[in-house]
Amino acid sequence: MSGHAPEAVKKHVKIYVAVFAALATLTVVTVAVSYLHLPLRKAVVVALAIATVKASLVALFFMHLISERKVIFSILALTLIFFLALLTLPFLSS
Amino acid sequence: MSHDDHSEKLPFWRKYIFSLDHKVIGVQYAVTGLLFLLFGFSLMMLIRWQLAYPGKPMPFLGQFFHPKTMIGGIMLPEFYNQLGAMHGTIMVFLGVVPLAVGGFGNYVVPLQIGAPDMAFPKLNMMSYWSYFLGGVVMFSSFFLPEGSAQSGWTSYAPLSVIASSGQTWWLFGMVLLITSSLLGSANFITTIVQLRADGLSFFRLPFFVWAQFVTSFLLLLAFPPLEAAGVLQLMDRLAGTSFFLPSGLVVAGRVLERSGGGNPLLWQHLFWFLAHPEVYVLILPAMGIVAEVLATNTRKPIYGYKAMVYSVIFLGFMSFIVWAHHMFLTGMGTKMSAFFQITTMIISIPSIVILTALALSLWGGSIRFNTPTLFAIAFLPMFGIGGLTGLPLGLAASDIHLHDTYYVIGHFHYVVAPGTLFALFAGVYHWYPKVTGRKMSEFLGKLHFWPSLVFINCVFMPMFLMGLAGVSRRLWDPTQYAHAQAVQPLNVFISFSAWFLGLAQIPFILNFFGSLLWGKKVDRNPWEATTLEWSALSPPPHGNFNHPPVVYRGPYEYSVPGQKHDFWPQDMKEKN
Amino acid sequence: MSSLIRYISKPHPVTGVTNAKLGTWCFLASEVMLFGGLFSTYVLLRTGASHWPRGSELLNVPLATLNTLILITSSVTMVMSWASLAMKDFPKYRFYMASTILLGLAFLGVKSFEYGSKFSHHHFPSTDPFYAIYFTLTGLHGLHVLGGIIVNTYFLFPGSALWRTEPEQFTGRIECAGLYWHFVDLVWIFLFPVLYLL
Repeated sequence: MSGHAPEAVKKHVKIYVAVFAALATLTVVTVAVSYLHLPLRKAVVVALAIATVKASLVALFFMHLISERKVIFSILALTLIFFLALLTLPFLSS
Repeated sequence: MSHDDHSEKLPFWRKYIFSLDHKVIGVQYAVTGLLFLLFGFSLMMLIRWQLAYPGKPMPFLGQFFHPKTMIGGIMLPEFYNQLGAMHGTIMVFLGVVPLAVGGFGNYVVPLQIGAPDMAFPKLNMMSYWSYFLGGVVMFSSFFLPEGSAQSGWTSYAPLSVIASSGQTWWLFGMVLLITSSLLGSANFITTIVQLRADGLSFFRLPFFVWAQFVTSFLLLLAFPPLEAAGVLQLMDRLAGTSFFLPSGLVVAGRVLERSGGGNPLLWQHLFWFLAHPEVYVLILPAMGIVAEVLATNTRKPIYGYKAMVYSVIFLGFMSFIVWAHHMFLTGMGTKMSAFFQITTMIISIPSIVILTALALSLWGGSIRFNTPTLFAIAFLPMFGIGGLTGLPLGLAASDIHLHDTYYVIGHFHYVVAPGTLFALFAGVYHWYPKVTGRKMSEFLGKLHFWPSLVFINCVFMPMFLMGLAGVSRRLWDPTQYAHAQAVQPLNVFISFSAWFLGLAQIPFILNFFGSLLWGKKVDRNPWEATTLEWSALSPPPHGNFNHPPVVYRGPYEYSVPGQKHDFWPQDMKEKN
Repeated sequence: MSSLIRYISKPHPVTGVTNAKLGTWCFLASEVMLFGGLFSTYVLLRTGASHWPRGSELLNVPLATLNTLILITSSVTMVMSWASLAMKDFPKYRFYMASTILLGLAFLGVKSFEYGSKFSHHHFPSTDPFYAIYFTLTGLHGLHVLGGIIVNTYFLFPGSALWRTEPEQFTGRIECAGLYWHFVDLVWIFLFPVLYLL
């Protein structure tokens, strides 16, 4: 996005601050939830869900994915599929 | 990048050693790759002595080997294992891929897409030198006190974890090689996506470029888990961890003093996650080369270009989810076994589509039976045999009998040796005039081709029989088993065929270097081909084209009705 | 003759990205797979273990929470350093980039303290699979943080000379450096709960 106009970027700054607040809050939430000592399965689901939301905020807004074009998305979608294969198939095959 | 304009003023070491020009880097990759192929081949020729005459002293050459490798010319088992592990490693990672991707890819792709260079010239240079350093590390490991890696190119744990220092060097060498590939693949993808000439849409790309494009995604996404695994194995070897060491492991009669709790299968999963896509890295550029050579020498468009493109994309995708067919015997459940068998069967479909399309491309063609074409045509049945023999390996029931036997060695060598290597030779003969401005000798080329075709089949065909007879791979002395003694004469036959195959490469080596001085000089387009590289000078100058080419049509407009000439270059606006 | 490589500063009309940006995303895709290999290791080791400790039993959660907030803040300062360049404010860029570097160093400082504390209690990677994967995952992540700090320092000092001659290209480079830095933050966002909280 080297072609961004300065005025458009100013609007983005407001978004960055909002995202930071959200990330900080979610961090506190995820730590607080861990003190509840949920059963492992539930704990994993909740922790990964919160992490996924945080990660999405970073990716969409800090990394500008929300306004990025198809070519980047396709590479990432492909990567995500193989990442999930790598995470699940060895475990299922053992 | 205005460094282009002053290339004549660069000092020697920046023009030829640390060059940023994709053509120089391509040649560096190709020559280094060919040298490693020769070295890896030589290791095999040593192995073949031991297999033909187990425990017998090697005549003449035996005296030159260090007592740690051979005693009185008789090969020690440890050295045999080193030769086996390093032959595989060198051929795959230091030979074929650097030549196919680093060499041909680097040189031809920017030219075929009408670009002045790769997108990241500095990264390109760094990826070559990373490969070179990796090669130095791998080669040097032979001179360690206990020799090189000796746990197979597959480095299975726990054996690899407790092996000698050569394995550590192997791991560091692999880190360097993987780094080289990762840098290169990001470069290729960016170059092909961003730097195509005006008018060169994706479906006007030569199939060679498509093949390199998909290959780059395989390298980019499949190598990192092996890099992770390499780090973990280094940790096991150097930091005392137990990622791959199960609890209670007994070595030489004593329990290993480690925490345990690790999983040897973890190594296999991470290794094969890379190594399966890796075999498609080995074959895809070869298919690309065959497409180019056949189109040019049949004076016809490639049959089923679109089907081939969709197939190669689908093939690349599927290659990521078949890997555990290398692990059918590790105790996985029937559901996962079924999953991997199904994906493995499915992946054969695009391969067959591509092979069939290439074969059909010959039908009705005005075939020029020059050396590149001979190698390209031979590729087809050779790859067919390799592919077909893979089917009983991809089905768990038959794999139980064939896994880790010579059948496997026969299968994969058919695809890589008379498969990929033949295609790479075709590529050398085909593009040599572009790179050097001279043609290679047809006489020497045919002298290289025919004996190679005969002997390479003599080497690998008997291996299927040996595998079916139950002979295991990686045996220093097969004759210790009765069932292997029965087929031992085949080993002698194979070894002699292998040595003759070695002799058959001499015409190629003479031709490769001799033609630099005595080859017939050529102009831009000696083959009267259509793709963009043939519009540039032979060899192309720095920056490749005087003006950025504009593309008006697809890559294989041969024998177009109503034209004077039987080829219509992609960048020629008017009729030919 | 000057055949220049296109789309270094200006984005490609169809793909909408510069070469550097596409190349950086390709590199990040490979990094996803790299850490994927390690996360897969974690899954396999944990599911195969008869006993696996809860992260909070062995690791310092409050300290790691602080580190998480440090890294998130550094992500904000990183994107602000790019935004400052996009708004043509070079002094602000230097302020935010320097902040990012300092926060990165703070992260590594906390990490070193954590490691030191583990070592002094005789907990090493060789101790058991939990510590093995803990040290390896956080260690590799830490090396990535260090790499990012080095690159950012280059862009704060010698590399910033490009701003005077090719401001657009330099802004693009900072954006790419930012993509890498955010990715390193992303990894930690998953690392933290997985290792420390579960």
